Amino acid sequence: MNKLIAALLLSAVIVTPVQAADRIKVGFMSTLSGPGAALGIDMRDAFNLAVKLNGGRLGGLPAEVSVVDDQQNPDVGRQTVERFTKRDRVDVITGMVFSNVLLPVMPAILESDTVYLSTNTGPEDYAGAKCNKNFFAVAWQNEDIPGAMGEVMNQRNLKNVYLIAPNYPGGRETLNGFKRFYKGKIADEVYTRMGQLDYAAEIATMRAAKPDAVFFFLPGGMGINFVKQYAAAGANKDAPLYTPGFSADEDTIKAVGEPMVGILNSSQWTLDLDNAANKKFVAEFQKEYQRLPTMYASQAYDVALLLDAAVKQVAGKVEDKDAFRKALREVKFDSTRGAFRFNKNQFPIQDYYLREVYKDSSGRITNKTVGRIFSQHQDVHAAKCTM
Amino acid sequence: MPAALIAEQLLNGLQFGLMLFLLAAGLTLVFGIMDMINLAHGSLYMIGAYIAASVIQASGSFLAGIAIAVAGTALIGVLLELSILRPLYRRSHLSQVLATFALILIANEVVRMIWGSAPIMLNTPAGLSGPVEIAGFRYPAYRLVVIVAGLAMAVFLYLLVAKTKVGMWVRAGASDRDMADVMGVNTKWLFTGVFALGAALCAVAGALLGPLLAVQVGMGENILILAFVVIVIGGIGSIRGALVGALLVGLVDTAGRTFLPLLFKQVLPQTFAAETGPAVAAVLIYVLMAAVLFFKPTGLFPARG
Repeated sequence: MNKLIAALLLSAVIVTPVQAADRIKVGFMSTLSGPGAALGIDMRDAFNLAVKLNGGRLGGLPAEVSVVDDQQNPDVGRQTVERFTKRDRVDVITGMVFSNVLLPVMPAILESDTVYLSTNTGPEDYAGAKCNKNFFAVAWQNEDIPGAMGEVMNQRNLKNVYLIAPNYPGGRETLNGFKRFYKGKIADEVYTRMGQLDYAAEIATMRAAKPDAVFFFLPGGMGINFVKQYAAAGANKDAPLYTPGFSADEDTIKAVGEPMVGILNSSQWTLDLDNAANKKFVAEFQKEYQRLPTMYASQAYDVALLLDAAVKQVAGKVEDKDAFRKALREVKFDSTRGAFRFNKNQFPIQDYYLREVYKDSSGRITNKTVGRIFSQHQDVHAAKCTM
Repeated sequence: MPAALIAEQLLNGLQFGLMLFLLAAGLTLVFGIMDMINLAHGSLYMIGAYIAASVIQASGSFLAGIAIAVAGTALIGVLLELSILRPLYRRSHLSQVLATFALILIANEVVRMIWGSAPIMLNTPAGLSGPVEIAGFRYPAYRLVVIVAGLAMAVFLYLLVAKTKVGMWVRAGASDRDMADVMGVNTKWLFTGVFALGAALCAVAGALLGPLLAVQVGMGENILILAFVVIVIGGIGSIRGALVGALLVGLVDTAGRTFLPLLFKQVLPQTFAAETGPAVAAVLIYVLMAAVLFFKPTGLFPARG
């Protein structure tokens, strides 16, 4: 009897891979705890929403989405990737927020020939010479959004800007992107510990340097505390804050409130962007979760839309990796941010907008679109990619 | 270097140091009097912060949050002492470390189950969210309140330990536990009382720091390491040592974060200095600890000997 059971179990193990094409398995690893949790939670919710609106399917196949918290910890990330690629044998991995998790785990994903669709960070490592057929940055390259803000600060004639970012690859790339476009003087450039929550010492030093403006990149809880403490110190009267959209989106606005009003920021997506896909996304997201979506949510939602369209194009045959990747590269889909296509390095060519945090007539604080900064912009690293 | 910057950073260092003192005071008493290494001290800080955050969010009253957090955390401290820690006093430090480390893991998971894993971002009370003008520069009103509250707690602890009978028992217990026992001090209840006091101080720190940092799982571990540095510098078992050690750590850390990057920029290329300055500043307090241990191996104000 035991032998019979063992034989049955064994046959089940052998048979499973052959039947894989009857569904699509997505490994969704994101940061769901700690100071960056709000970002990952928004992505997870938006991805799940897209699948739900699609009747639980992606490209006609039933979708099996396995959600795991990476705790913003590369070690947890490595274990999860191991599980996704070796045990679960997922078709696609997606969902990471931070480059300090993504960079250490990416080699294992790429070696296993699994497609990775980046819902957020787009590090220069995979944008230039080391671009990879399995790496798709659906959101942006890390320099794009801060670069747009550098351009804005040129236009606004700001001549002496103070920069602050966390000391990790995404932080350094962000300030590099800003400096690539910004032409004025840099009052100082400060890198703080990742996850730092008290900025009293930095704010005091910043104020003593007397800059025209402060450009800060502090995603998640770091930015929430920074803006609150900056306002509490009365520093915003001397030097206004400018930021890439990450620290001026719904998660930060909800936590900080009034001091956010007036902050200019850049993004590839805005809440009031006028296209059918975005209107549906914003309405459905609000209905499902009773809150406004962030740019992070829109990015994960777009990943789901892209995946849906690509799987449909290959008629569900995702095990033919070359055809699947080709479909991902070329398929047309209606993204929430409007016109979107991949460059040769599989990073986006898209528009970037200027947003301003304002209080609408009902007293709600949110972002509105002020204008377009870059049209059909591509990142500087793409030229080095020979794919 | 403008004087306003130096004054402001002194206040920042003072504020950070006083909060560290609240944590270190409880830790040093427990360690000094009971000879007990309590790694779960940081968990009490976390629990205090969570209770305060919940009450503040539910009632809107900051003072109610602090009061209930202090009472609740002290109660949890008492229960913990009676049930788990008491049998550990006579065991080796290794057993204590293992048991209290397990308590950290349990506390983190329990908090995750009750409050979820997303951090709670508290706001400062509305009247204190802006700056106040002092001597030509603006300083956050809330941080001033934290400084005043920290100083008040320090004075209270000083009077309690130096001027009262209970304080005399505590000092006796810290300098020679067995002798105090023989002389008729009820060390059993003294230990429970000291533990409750330590837990209450944790809750005060947790509640006051909640709006400045974030109330989240694991917040206790980071600050616990600093609290240990403080009591090692100050001398284990000494409240005075904890105060001096905490202020030293607070000031050195703030000064390091402010002035080291500036110094590095004089001699190193801009981007390199920008990245290494804060990294070296983070090491500074451990250098301070090593230096103190080199010259005074038992800390600045040893309670024994």
